[in-house]
Amino acid sequence: MEMKLFDIDIIEYGFFITAIALVLIGLYAVLIKKSLIKIVIGLSILDSGINLLLITIGYVKGGTAPVFSPSVIKDMPLTMENIKKISEGMVDPIPQALVLTAIVIGFGVTAVALSLVIRLYRHHQTLNIDQIKNLKW
Amino acid sequence: MKRILVIALLVVFGIYLAQALFMLEFGQQFFESGVKDLYLTASPLKLKVANTVTAIVVNFRGFDTLGEVTVLFLATTSMASILYKGRHKLGKRTVLFSASNIVTTGSKFLFPAIILLGAYVFIHGHLTPGGGFQGGTIVATGFLLMLLAYSDYKVSHIVLSVVESFAGITFATIGLFGLVYGGSFLENFLPTGILNNLVSGGVIPIIYIAVGLKVGAELTGLIYIALNEKD
Repeated sequence: MEMKLFDIDIIEYGFFITAIALVLIGLYAVLIKKSLIKIVIGLSILDSGINLLLITIGYVKGGTAPVFSPSVIKDMPLTMENIKKISEGMVDPIPQALVLTAIVIGFGVTAVALSLVIRLYRHHQTLNIDQIKNLKW
Repeated sequence: MKRILVIALLVVFGIYLAQALFMLEFGQQFFESGVKDLYLTASPLKLKVANTVTAIVVNFRGFDTLGEVTVLFLATTSMASILYKGRHKLGKRTVLFSASNIVTTGSKFLFPAIILLGAYVFIHGHLTPGGGFQGGTIVATGFLLMLLAYSDYKVSHIVLSVVESFAGITFATIGLFGLVYGGSFLENFLPTGILNNLVSGGVIPIIYIAVGLKVGAELTGLIYIALNEKD
């Protein structure tokens, strides 16, 4: 099914559109919101937008997961030509490996940020960044 | 005023980002002949690892994964040092949840199954989609379920740090063995076996099991610290 808008296929470019929308929502939350918890949520939304973008760039139309399971190989002898032929229908594995790293790092960043937020709340009894005065310079 | 300015800025940013991305054809091969083909052919032929992502994460970019595990360790340590006031004094749990009988009984029943699933995922990381990070996270969710269901459930800090250090030392030691026997750090020096066997791929399953144990212990420690934070 093809849905065209400004000469762009909406269904196919939906992944790009979603990724950009997630990045913008995350940036909006980081720049505008006053609550520290909401800022941390914005950071993790930004993270997931970038992850989706990387995975989308690595996608190949009709491609399968880059796993050489027995049902993919089907008793073919393991020669260079056979493997090349199978791997043509596979998506790019490198963005997936990079995103695996990025998810873990994003998790670590969120955990440390939330613990800092807990500490700030304990000290100031508020989460509003306008009321945490000694952050200003 | 600030809100309007930010929205205008974000709209401009979004339009330029969209223009740049829509120049790419969706779902096409951008890199005709390159590192993708090399990884996809070297992984089943040379390393005998079915899951190419695992081969990249653990073998081709193994040093990067060692750094990643270190970052996770750093996150746990810094969270502990930020949240604790006294030195290693665990107070009474401050974050409590009221759980009904159904939740407590059901989680006791589900806990071994979740741990088994996590272990399966990280042991078969080189054959099926999944691996150390995913399996470790599943193990940690099992502990999270128990911590939510029982307010007096205790996880031993000593056991967690022993598992974590042991796994980290295993990873680094295998890397050093590769330096001695293969010529470079984290070189695959063991025989690689047959594709799609459980024991195949040389050092890759050993490293991924170590990563799984480390990630499981670290995430469990993170959850436990967050639930026990002292006032």
